[in-house]
Amino acid sequence: MTATSLTGANALTEVPLKRRLRRAERTRQVKALALVLPLLVFLLFTFAGPIAGMLWRAIDDREVRQALPQTVAALASWDGKDLPDEKAYAALASDILAARASGTIAIAAKRLNYALNGFRTILTSTARNLKAVPEPGTARETLGKINPAWRERTTWTTIKDAGGPVTGFYLLAALDLTRNVDGAIVAAPPDQAIYRDVFGRTFLISLGVTVLCLLLGFPVAYLLATLPPGRSNLLMIFVLLPFWTSLLVRTCAWIVLLQSKGVVNDSLHWLGIIDEPLRLIYNRFGVCVAMTHVLLPFMILPLYSSMKAISPAYMRAAASLGAPPLTAFLRIYLPQTLPGIGAGGLLVFILALGYYITPALVGGAADQMISYFIALYTTETANWGLASALGAVLLLATILLALVYGKLVQGQQVTGGMKN
Amino acid sequence: MEAGLVTPAPALVRFSGIQKTYDGEHLVVKNLDLDIRKGEFITLLGPSGSGKTTTLMMLAGFEVPTQGEIYLADRPIKNMPPHQRDIGMVFQNYALFPHLTIEENVAFPLSVRKINKAETQARVKAALRMIKMETLAQRRPGQLSGGQQQRVALARALVFNPQLVLMDEPLGALDKRLREQMQLEIKQLHETMGITVVYVTHDQSEALTMSDRIAVFNDGIVQQIDRPDALYEHPVNSFVANFVGESNVLAGTVETIEKDYCRVALAAGGSVMARAVNIAGAGASTSLSVRPERIAIIPDGASSDGPNRLPAKVQNTIYLGDHALAVLDVAGNAEFMVKLQPGAHDSLRHSSLRPGENVFITFRPEDCLALDPV
Repeated sequence: MTATSLTGANALTEVPLKRRLRRAERTRQVKALALVLPLLVFLLFTFAGPIAGMLWRAIDDREVRQALPQTVAALASWDGKDLPDEKAYAALASDILAARASGTIAIAAKRLNYALNGFRTILTSTARNLKAVPEPGTARETLGKINPAWRERTTWTTIKDAGGPVTGFYLLAALDLTRNVDGAIVAAPPDQAIYRDVFGRTFLISLGVTVLCLLLGFPVAYLLATLPPGRSNLLMIFVLLPFWTSLLVRTCAWIVLLQSKGVVNDSLHWLGIIDEPLRLIYNRFGVCVAMTHVLLPFMILPLYSSMKAISPAYMRAAASLGAPPLTAFLRIYLPQTLPGIGAGGLLVFILALGYYITPALVGGAADQMISYFIALYTTETANWGLASALGAVLLLATILLALVYGKLVQGQQVTGGMKN
Repeated sequence: MEAGLVTPAPALVRFSGIQKTYDGEHLVVKNLDLDIRKGEFITLLGPSGSGKTTTLMMLAGFEVPTQGEIYLADRPIKNMPPHQRDIGMVFQNYALFPHLTIEENVAFPLSVRKINKAETQARVKAALRMIKMETLAQRRPGQLSGGQQQRVALARALVFNPQLVLMDEPLGALDKRLREQMQLEIKQLHETMGITVVYVTHDQSEALTMSDRIAVFNDGIVQQIDRPDALYEHPVNSFVANFVGESNVLAGTVETIEKDYCRVALAAGGSVMARAVNIAGAGASTSLSVRPERIAIIPDGASSDGPNRLPAKVQNTIYLGDHALAVLDVAGNAEFMVKLQPGAHDSLRHSSLRPGENVFITFRPEDCLALDPV
């Protein structure tokens, strides 16, 4: 390059130039930052903060440590192979007495009961029957007498596992996994292993709804993009109309339509097509119909914007070059709508993953999606750890999907979507 | 018409009594009869809204004639879908498929015809070599300049050897220099490949440069079809005279007619001899048309030998490099243009004409056409 051959003189003038450029740009950057700052702060408090909090709750485990501090400390050095030593028993007895007095015993009992069914009874009965600190050296005997569970290794490993301060317990539970008495990760017992099913169902319903939205939305978007402006605006109002009514109202409207004495069944019966009312609601069908209806605009709008950008000249060019309409559509039009299909599909899919009200109202017990369980654990049973873990797994899966989509789109741009 | 005298090559395309209306009230194309010969470069020239593009679209199959029939190689094609017509088309905005590479774009017409891979490759390569763009085969249309994109569009429209190539203002989006270069390239391709081209433009200089024949459209009617030189020298009416090339218009009334010539009394006084081209008869009003380069300016008081000599007042002079224009006020027309050739009138360089100066203009009777009144 000539610039380098001009030796240092050029380099000397270049640095101040760059600095001057930076200085000139700085005002602009500060202004830009000032414009987005309110939103940034808002998002930090309402979005990033809660998500970080949720992720933290999924691994946070300090309830037992706070209620039974001496026990947890005593068990820290325990190898878990045999029953713990007398020191641990003594620590537990003293902890239980202290926790009973301060009222924290119920919190620890609830947490331990998640890991081992029946632990609540063990702890509360022990707390009730333990009158005073046992004589030195008799703690093991005393506790064993009150409840024989203290002679079981499982009881102690459960306390050690729940000792915190962080745990993988909830995350494992969200994936239907648990630790056995030796600390190895194994499948959860069948009666607790429900979440993989729920995740599978959530993804399946979301995928089905996305495909339905695409099939129903594509022709509408095409019409919107090709109609003359006047009629296209009218159609657009119809597409956006659902946004003007509340989600709850729309979902309830589907109940009115689809229930066994509803409009659809009555009409079909009146027309003589059916004798018995069809079961259209409180099952998978009803969930898919209602969710598709609610999410359709989110598919149509990205599709519409990508179609609007496709000049009609392309289809004319394809025809003039000898492509029959179907070929022209498949090879020229469709590939150009792929960004719209991707964006709409991802939007609908991710929104569907988090759907709560619609499946809760129009779905049966076997159609409840993951958000139902998240809501159940946060509002009903106050099992924040498990609710957060389920949320974290859902978030992770969604991020993975978005990344895969990003890679696909990027790959398409580099290598070309179609080959001859 | 002049064209009738030439022994016609067999017509490849025949428009027969074509009418087209979009709204059922106004005819965009009124009774079009047009023959396009095999191997010729014909340009449909006209202002926007004259029906030239509609005519092209009917030929391509994107618009259906309201009445009449179009024959391509003697087959009626009015109801044939565009993809079966075997007509290549180049669009104004290129219409290259943005998601395909240059190579894939050019291969598209071959691949929809299920031509085998080896031949497709060979033909695509040849087409890209023809437009000197072999090295850019893997690029996307968005990475090319306008001129390059139009070349690719051209290659794509030619690669499947269509019977006919249509071009809809293909150079409209390019800058002047590039446009002139592309005009020559297209003309060259036409000559070396022997293709039949129907070219639509509103740019008369482009039409004159490239065409074998030009059909001048106005108001849904073909005003004149002729060779470029004939169109320029012998326009049949005022519209053609004014649309093709520059022309000075003077209004007047026909006094007497002698054979091919007539004497016209100008509305502003004075009279001139003109060639009688399109006049109703003695006493009828007429528009005289004189080309700016066929007029000479003589100083006040100098003598001249022609019959046409009119007083003029210099308004302005415009310097244009290779020539200069004098804007005069002649017989009520304040925008009367006279082209000054450098060196041709040494005593009357543009710089020697002062605004407000009184001069005379002369022109030969055969350069002054008496046409229909504007």
